[in-house]
Amino acid sequence: MMLAMSPTARPRRVQLFVTCLVDAFYPETAHATRRVLERLGLEVAIPPGQTCCGQPALNAGHHDEARRVAAHFVDTFAPDPAPVVAPSGSCVDMVVHQFPALLTNDPARAAAARDLAARTYELSQFIVDVLGDDEAAVPVEPSLTYHACCHGLRGLGLDRQPRALVGQAGGANVRPLDEDDRCCGFGGLFAVKMGPISSAMLDRKLEAIERSGADVVVVTDASCRLHMEGGLRRRASRTRVAHIADVLDDRV
Amino acid sequence: MRTSPLPFVRRVEQALADPVLRRNMAVGTSRQRTHRLEAMAALPGADALRNHASRIRAHTLARLDEYLEQFVAAVRARGGTVHWAATAAEAASIVTTIAVGERARLVVKSKSMVTEEIGLNAALEAAGVTAIETDLGEFVIQLAGQHPSHIVAPIMHMSKEQVGALFVERLGATPEEVVDVAAMTAFARRVLRERFLEAAVGVSGVNFGVASTGTLCLVTNEGNGRLCTSLPRVHVAVMGIERLVPTLDDLGVMLDVLARSATGQALTVYTNLVTGPRREDDADGPEALHVVLVDNGRSRVLGSELAEILYCIRCGACLGACPVYDTVGGHAYGSVYPGPVGAVATPALDGLGPWTELPHASSLCGACRDACPVRLDIPRLLLLLRRQTVEAGGSPVWLRLALRAHAALAVRPRLYRLAVRLAGRVLAVGARDGYIERLPGPLAAWTASRSFRLPARRTFLDEVARERRKVSP
Ligand code: SF4
Repeated sequence: MMLAMSPTARPRRVQLFVTCLVDAFYPETAHATRRVLERLGLEVAIPPGQTCCGQPALNAGHHDEARRVAAHFVDTFAPDPAPVVAPSGSCVDMVVHQFPALLTNDPARAAAARDLAARTYELSQFIVDVLGDDEAAVPVEPSLTYHACCHGLRGLGLDRQPRALVGQAGGANVRPLDEDDRCCGFGGLFAVKMGPISSAMLDRKLEAIERSGADVVVVTDASCRLHMEGGLRRRASRTRVAHIADVLDDRV
Repeated sequence: MRTSPLPFVRRVEQALADPVLRRNMAVGTSRQRTHRLEAMAALPGADALRNHASRIRAHTLARLDEYLEQFVAAVRARGGTVHWAATAAEAASIVTTIAVGERARLVVKSKSMVTEEIGLNAALEAAGVTAIETDLGEFVIQLAGQHPSHIVAPIMHMSKEQVGALFVERLGATPEEVVDVAAMTAFARRVLRERFLEAAVGVSGVNFGVASTGTLCLVTNEGNGRLCTSLPRVHVAVMGIERLVPTLDDLGVMLDVLARSATGQALTVYTNLVTGPRREDDADGPEALHVVLVDNGRSRVLGSELAEILYCIRCGACLGACPVYDTVGGHAYGSVYPGPVGAVATPALDGLGPWTELPHASSLCGACRDACPVRLDIPRLLLLLRRQTVEAGGSPVWLRLALRAHAALAVRPRLYRLAVRLAGRVLAVGARDGYIERLPGPLAAWTASRSFRLPARRTFLDEVARERRKVSP
């Protein structure tokens, strides 16, 4: 509760950045994110011009393309002073840690990017740190385990927040996961460019998940979810992957 | 710098298909990780110390020229001889010339990555000088005709059975002499002891050179380093020009984090400080001390965007922390320096040309950055190298086109949505219950082991747009 804000500082309105992957692959998670924020008393604006944060290009070393997409993001979200919330630690890490450097040659946008970086949050981070609400979860049926997605964990220090919410939702039904902070091997282009290594990393992750005995593994990123889900399906596993927004919305 | 003639993909295939290597890497790295985390947790103010160590590295590199001058003057004042080597070949030839000049037929070596970098053993052999590695792991590696697969644990990829078989086959060890690790260690020690007495020259690396005193600091766990630097008549110390710290106090800070990060020890078993050759009143020590300062690309790196890689103190923590390294092992990288640090240091020192795959051999998970005692931001440097590859025209055509198209669409939201819808329709053709099992072209690498989820029939933003139209027709 140490980060709880005074009632006047508590934002009343947020801008939802749904992220390109959640938008295209998991629209139900986007709806869940919106409902959860609304349930917490927030007005949720959804800027219609939003697309992607530019991470695929940046990770591939294509800085010019990444810069174009980043500039578009800044133009889309900067004019509205409301905080930006996204159901993805890795896209938020991109905005917070990569945008300012990426846009240095564009001073006006770089300034806007720094301002945005200071008010862009991953969903569980926003709920726990900004709203000061670590009791936002409702108990859910299935047993849960938690995988810490890399960029959220090591870029944003996202750990205590999602764990608190998962702990609350799963109660006694939260199972420990071996090596829960170990990369699942997604890494964007890495999964394709270094396919065999990526697959071997995924195998180790999925074995740990199955060993945990949980019905559902909870993540904070759609990219890791696509990856682990694709692997679990290929091995005809019963274990499901869910986004933390789905857990908070009691839809797992 | 290269340790294998095979192309990267083949090396990776080989590693992945080797069950002994896979198991040894998984066990070895997880042990290294656990020990490091425990040692760091037990160190009061560990985070502040790491910041301090990082600042010392930054400061030293920012004034490397001054500190090198100081160091060289101090070494000379203590009676040492200093040699400068601009390239690997020059460095190897300096050491070889010294050995030949001393009429040494045998050179004993303590573990050193920089002598691997300059290909010293091969150069000595070519001049008719036998080089013997005296670190147990390096001794095994040399016997097996391989290169170290880890910068502090060179035989992490091997099992004790493999080592035993090697001792039997190559050194005629009896079954009792290889019955367990203790017996093998004792056996190797017997073999090595004789060689120490025969060698006229001892070659070592240097963990840190202290600029103010000209002291060379060498850390080892086996005591072989101490023998190499004190028993033979001549000690040749080979060091990269970046390995300096300004003072003995700074050395203390580095030592606080080095062993903890490398092996989880508070301090290595032996910490040797060598200041000049044997003095009149010294009981032992070499008659002559040569320090070979190796540039081999470092001064160029120092002036480049990649300068931060020179912070590295070669603790190997990033190797143990890396989920790619612990899956494929060191040899897959094909470079003397493997793992996350090698994926940056190799192309930095040797040029990106032959090494464009290495910066991609990372999922950018950031575990290396978290582990590094001097806070080297390896993922940032990997991204920089990827950018340099692209700028040099090294990105595949399909990727270049795809990302250019993606960026062009991403700044035009209406077109972008249309494209997402179209892509979904196209993919749906090959799908069964919402998943695709085989993708074409480069994307086949995904479906080799993973199903690919089909995009939703209607995206969230399309849904929101429909709602808006309903509300305000
Ligand atoms: S980069 Fe850092 S962690 Fe890796 S070997 Fe160097 S000092 Fe150690």
